[in-house]
Amino acid sequence: MAEDSSLDNLDGPNRPQPLLEMSNVSKSFPGVRALADVSLTLYPGEVLALLGENGAGKSTLIKTLGGVHTPDAGTISIEGQPIQIDSPTASQQAGVGIIYQEFNLIPGLTARENIFLGQEASAFSWIGKKQEHEQAEELFSRIGVPVNPDALCRDLTIAQQQVVEIAKALALKARIVVMDEPSAALTPREVEGLYQIVDELRRQGIGIIYISHRLDEIDRLADRIMVLRDGQDIGTRDANSLTRDEVIELMVGRSLDNEFPDETRPVGEVRLEVTNLSRGKAVQDVSFKVHGGEILGVAGLVGAGRTEAVRLLFGADRPDSGSVFLDGEQLQIWTPRQAIAKGICLLTEDRKGQGLILGQTVQENFGLPNLRDFVSGGLIRKSTETAAFDRYIEQMQIKVTGGGQVAETLSGGNQQKVVLAKWLQRNAEVIIFDEPTRGIDVGAKYEIYLLMNELARQGKAIIMISSELPEVLGMSDRILVMHEGKVAGCLVNDEVSQEDVMKLATGTKDTVSV
Amino acid sequence: MKKQKYIRVFLVDYGMVFVLMALCILISVLTISDMHPEDPAAARSLARSLVKEVGSDINVLVVARKTSADEAYATALQDELEAGGAHVVAVELGTPATLRTRLELLGQQDERVDFVATHDFSSKWRVLSSESRQEMASLYPALSKLKIAKPPSYRWPTFLTANNLIGILNQNAPIAIMAIGMTLVIITAGIDLSVGSLMALAAVVTAKSLESYLGGEEASGLSVAFAFLIAMGVCALAGVFAGVIVTAFKVPPFVVTLGLMMVARGMSYILAGGADAVKIEAESIGTLYSSSVLGIPSQIVLMVVLFIVAHIVMNHTAFGRYVYAVGGNETAARLSGVPVVAVLIAVYAICGLAAGLAGVLDASHFGTGRPKAGEFYELQVIAAVVVGGTSLMGGEGKIFGTFIGALILGVIQNGLNMAGVDSYSQMVIYGALILVAVLIDQLKKKVVKPASS
Repeated sequence: MAEDSSLDNLDGPNRPQPLLEMSNVSKSFPGVRALADVSLTLYPGEVLALLGENGAGKSTLIKTLGGVHTPDAGTISIEGQPIQIDSPTASQQAGVGIIYQEFNLIPGLTARENIFLGQEASAFSWIGKKQEHEQAEELFSRIGVPVNPDALCRDLTIAQQQVVEIAKALALKARIVVMDEPSAALTPREVEGLYQIVDELRRQGIGIIYISHRLDEIDRLADRIMVLRDGQDIGTRDANSLTRDEVIELMVGRSLDNEFPDETRPVGEVRLEVTNLSRGKAVQDVSFKVHGGEILGVAGLVGAGRTEAVRLLFGADRPDSGSVFLDGEQLQIWTPRQAIAKGICLLTEDRKGQGLILGQTVQENFGLPNLRDFVSGGLIRKSTETAAFDRYIEQMQIKVTGGGQVAETLSGGNQQKVVLAKWLQRNAEVIIFDEPTRGIDVGAKYEIYLLMNELARQGKAIIMISSELPEVLGMSDRILVMHEGKVAGCLVNDEVSQEDVMKLATGTKDTVSV
Repeated sequence: MKKQKYIRVFLVDYGMVFVLMALCILISVLTISDMHPEDPAAARSLARSLVKEVGSDINVLVVARKTSADEAYATALQDELEAGGAHVVAVELGTPATLRTRLELLGQQDERVDFVATHDFSSKWRVLSSESRQEMASLYPALSKLKIAKPPSYRWPTFLTANNLIGILNQNAPIAIMAIGMTLVIITAGIDLSVGSLMALAAVVTAKSLESYLGGEEASGLSVAFAFLIAMGVCALAGVFAGVIVTAFKVPPFVVTLGLMMVARGMSYILAGGADAVKIEAESIGTLYSSSVLGIPSQIVLMVVLFIVAHIVMNHTAFGRYVYAVGGNETAARLSGVPVVAVLIAVYAICGLAAGLAGVLDASHFGTGRPKAGEFYELQVIAAVVVGGTSLMGGEGKIFGTFIGALILGVIQNGLNMAGVDSYSQMVIYGALILVAVLIDQLKKKVVKPASS
């Protein structure tokens, strides 16, 4: 897969000494065997893709390497030397730099200060700003991305913040860099920059463990692929030796004929009509229609105003102007509460931050907008609520121990199902999915797609925002493309190519409407 | 595995109950002392055992102090003795001096007295000492066989008496009532520093509205009730105001209620005209405080009822769910259709109302509106909530926990008082306890939620 791989024949006699070897690592949490006899080998100058569905044990394995978890059994050696990693500091000193999905940057400090935070000789030592500045610039040039070392981290883009995180790892002389879903919040252009950074690090002999759900990235970057499933080590293969379908098969343990379900449905009357919706510069004059039984895909680069537009529709923000019609009736929507009452529902892109109350049980999350269904005499009848939720557990095959499980402990796909269940109980007519499969593993993605199709078949109007073009093309009946807050075009999805959509999304093609 | 989990969850939710029980046992052990019963039941059993042991052919003089409680004691003693067939020569309610006079009189009349039936306190009067009795026996033959009969003493913790326990509850009822409102506020990840000041404002508003508008001395019970409603309404409005500022302008609740705390305290003093207390002349002002239900002071009954109502509201109504949801994740709650603004305003209004009720009870208790009422109570109220296991981060907490928290603080204060600890040391212990409670809260989270994969 990766063209410039220099490690094609690792099994030969020229095999270099491994940078990192984790052997037979096991880790259990109360009630869960998170890792069972997992072994990982990383060579200098290679990208090892670590794949697996959510809950497969990837994070646990990485946290073991990072000194967050202590393994129950197994050994870790770096450059042939056995080493005890019992704290994050020990991990850093051993030359491991981990860039977690949630960055550990302090927004109020500059890039330079963040890079060198914790490296001061002592709490009272004099900080050589000039020296640090030079070192920071040198690190950035090593990575190949110029970032102003004096910029406050909160003013940096997510891609730049990531560069700062990488620089921070390099400043600690990391020879092993772990990236956990590094592209999750990046625009396609920024992802291209990330590839170059990874290539550059590889060239410098750094070993990279790369975790991602996006198979495109694995195609592009990985030298070898290691797959985990339910805490089991499924094995490590040469990236060249595997097709995409085989990778998916390894991850989910069964074969998937297709990433997207095939489906043709009759499309009905116009159900939702939005005209001239505007808010500041983010959303300008956005108009579109969604028919019953239709999935309208919304494509565009990050920052094109897609999320902002549907938030207006849902009442999460107030529009400056514009109107919304549902089944011909004009709606006055000021708050999400009103939108929900009219049957418009939103599954937010930020499931953990905005979609769920993570500390509460799944049933409480499910019940939140639906309490009126379960209240009699002013009191909530928990048995009615449980019965209603249990129906969805069964229908949607939500993997939970019961309604009392805390939402935080569910995998991404199951969390998404819980959010969907709460809206279905509300009898949603217009369902807006904002990045419905972000951070969700392949198997669960397919189930979400099936559910979307099922809802469309029931005559509901579906809007799906997605940054993954294959998903947009695979699922949508029509595709609305946005660019810089405006509608760049609307394409009927037959024989549309990724390039057609990208041209509109990047503004290289004038507005078209079909 | 599963059973273990339930035990853990139980310990987390109700661990503080065990702390309370342990405290009660500790203080009980420390306060064990001789108890001398002085109630009518003890009197009756004394009379019965006396008749049973020496027969009914006895002449008895009943002795007690001149108080209403002792009068009841003496009456019970007399009735039971006479019912048993014994002869009660006389009932002497008075002092050692009057008793001496009475005994001398009986001696002069040659009226035979076999027993003085009394309680421990009076039995220790010098006139009843064995020397004094010998002396009298030598003077008056009628008194030669005089013996003392009193109920047996026993060892029992002074802490663990009905009077003391009811006293603890009664003393802490205002704080516990305010802690209900505070629990709601803290569950929404807010804080309300104004409760102590609002309590004072309510007391002063009660006093001033009675004095100026509701008839002063002639104010009827209805007018007093009306004054209470005005005072509580003012506090609820102050809560609404705080809620509006918090929600509309996104000002941190700490700052809003800090301001309100000062404003309300200042206004209480201004309304009181700088006086330490505004006297309330209305006769029925004390009725609320001093009335009781089945012998339990009304404050306690009110407190318990409010806790039960609050428990039901928080666990079984949509409003309760909304409060937890807003505290757990305000954005997610709003996007799930929870009327976040209304919930927050309601929560601060309820907290203000609870403070108003505490102020009204204070006015009824002291018969004055005291602008310095409830000083530093906000901290005690917050302490009760925190000790009760409610997280300052919001989203979790239990009404029942707050009840236990308030009791723990009350019991400790009571225990320290009984142990004779001075008030400065009490503050140190109090503060240390709050730190320990918060520490336990953090630790228990680690026990129950081991790091997930």
